[in-house]
Amino acid sequence: MGLLDATGDRHTIRNFTEPLALIGAIAASGFRRFATYRQATVASLATNIMFGFLRTYVLLAVASGGIVAGYSGSQLVTYVWIGQGLLGVVMLWGWSDLADRIRSGDIVTDLLRPIHPVLNYLAADLGRAGYAMIFRFVPPMLVGALFFDLYLPVDAITYPLFLLSTLLAVVVCFACRYLVQASAYWLLDHRGVTMAWLFFSGMLGGLYFPIRFLPDWAAALIWFATPGPSFLQAPMDVLIERDGLPVRFGMIAVQVIWAVVLIWLCRVVQRRAERKLVIQGG
Amino acid sequence: MAETLRVYLKLIAAQGRAQASYRTSFWLDLAGSTVVVGADLLTVLVIFSRVPTLAGFAIKETLILFGLALTSFSLADLIVGNIEKIRIYVRMGSLDTVMIRPLSVLAQLLCADVGFRRAGRIVYAAAVLVVATGYAGIDWTPERVAMVVIAPIAGAAFFCGFFVATSTVAFWWIESGEIANSLTYGGRDFTSYPITVYSGWFRKIFAFGLGFAFVAYYPGLLLLGKQDPLGGPSWLGWLSPLVSAAVLGLAAFIWRFGVRHYRSTGS
Repeated sequence: MGLLDATGDRHTIRNFTEPLALIGAIAASGFRRFATYRQATVASLATNIMFGFLRTYVLLAVASGGIVAGYSGSQLVTYVWIGQGLLGVVMLWGWSDLADRIRSGDIVTDLLRPIHPVLNYLAADLGRAGYAMIFRFVPPMLVGALFFDLYLPVDAITYPLFLLSTLLAVVVCFACRYLVQASAYWLLDHRGVTMAWLFFSGMLGGLYFPIRFLPDWAAALIWFATPGPSFLQAPMDVLIERDGLPVRFGMIAVQVIWAVVLIWLCRVVQRRAERKLVIQGG
Repeated sequence: MAETLRVYLKLIAAQGRAQASYRTSFWLDLAGSTVVVGADLLTVLVIFSRVPTLAGFAIKETLILFGLALTSFSLADLIVGNIEKIRIYVRMGSLDTVMIRPLSVLAQLLCADVGFRRAGRIVYAAAVLVVATGYAGIDWTPERVAMVVIAPIAGAAFFCGFFVATSTVAFWWIESGEIANSLTYGGRDFTSYPITVYSGWFRKIFAFGLGFAFVAYYPGLLLLGKQDPLGGPSWLGWLSPLVSAAVLGLAAFIWRFGVRHYRSTGS
């Protein structure tokens, strides 16, 4: 039938440094792109800080009687501010590049590039996350530290574990966003799907309240059956040392599994979409 | 006057048809926007599954405040929610086309995208308020019946004014939209909980400086017949329509000032 399969044979890797350099270059462009949105960064920071205050006060009132669900007051405060910082790093909300490009038909240029679209967008997203780690994560943490007593990690290993967990969180969150936006291949207006994402991501990610506030069975179900905790709750729990070291490693293992499964799913969906894609316009 | 009204109604009807033409998305939107606010309610319920009282308020008392705040906000969001998009109008220069028409600029913007898809929220918010009042076992007196009607309307007026006032900043700073949102949405979250949760300068600014305590907290205390833990007199709830009127007046003033100082993007 002569179907055009844009992701068909694209991987003529001559050596390993070549694709790595390519990914590096795309990531750097992602970093630079977001570095130019200065006003937007300031505006988002203001929102994160505002909600940081609101949630801190509520959770402090919750913890006024002592330990709640294994968290102390200062751990909960830290939890809130990490959450507000990571929100911009994993970029839970506000990314619509893929859906916009599918709608406008610009996606066709992405399909012609000598790199798989999933890898292309992932690389750019990692660069963006690097930028956000400096300009979206650090400022809310500083504000939180200035106004409240934050919990300082005891184990030295917590810091590298947190960075690893955050990296995995970015990958898992990216894959989820990619899948949500890829629905635009089938639906011309994907706002409904985006709404569902808004709800489930914040709730299952542990943004509004720690997942462990729920009964044990519900928390376990969310942890293992949904990717939610892997893109927010995991790095937060790792940094505030809610559990012993084995459990923290376990969380990271769950993240790894979700990252692999979801990226694979992205590739499957992308392939399916390309089979039926009709580029609009002339 | 009747002629002008007919034009607005036509604009709104056209919007409704346009939104309904993407059927699947419209229904998903309607369901989605209702579910999204469900997250806040779920948060309150989860929190109270862990503690019996929050800053001196039991769950049934907190739910009254939550219901009042949500109903007020949802009403305001349906009416003036579209004003958030003013930054897009300013950036694209499409505000110019709105300004040369012989109709009010603000009214046109509000008609440009009536949030039919947000209508589900009002039904949901009203349901929360009704269930909360039933659950709290309010001792209904004539003045409390009056209050339960007045408070959401006054609260909606308050949020309408707040939406318009904060969105006006976009005339000077286009990217301000999110900061405006952080104040309005943050304000909604602030009023959803008793103000005794907050403390220090933060409470002073939001509860009294910006007036958010008069949206749900004081009217709620009056409904519950509860003594204010902060020592305020019980009649403070009756001030809420006055506070809303003041906010509306201020918003109108800021809006006019903004429109008068609007410079087109020129591109």
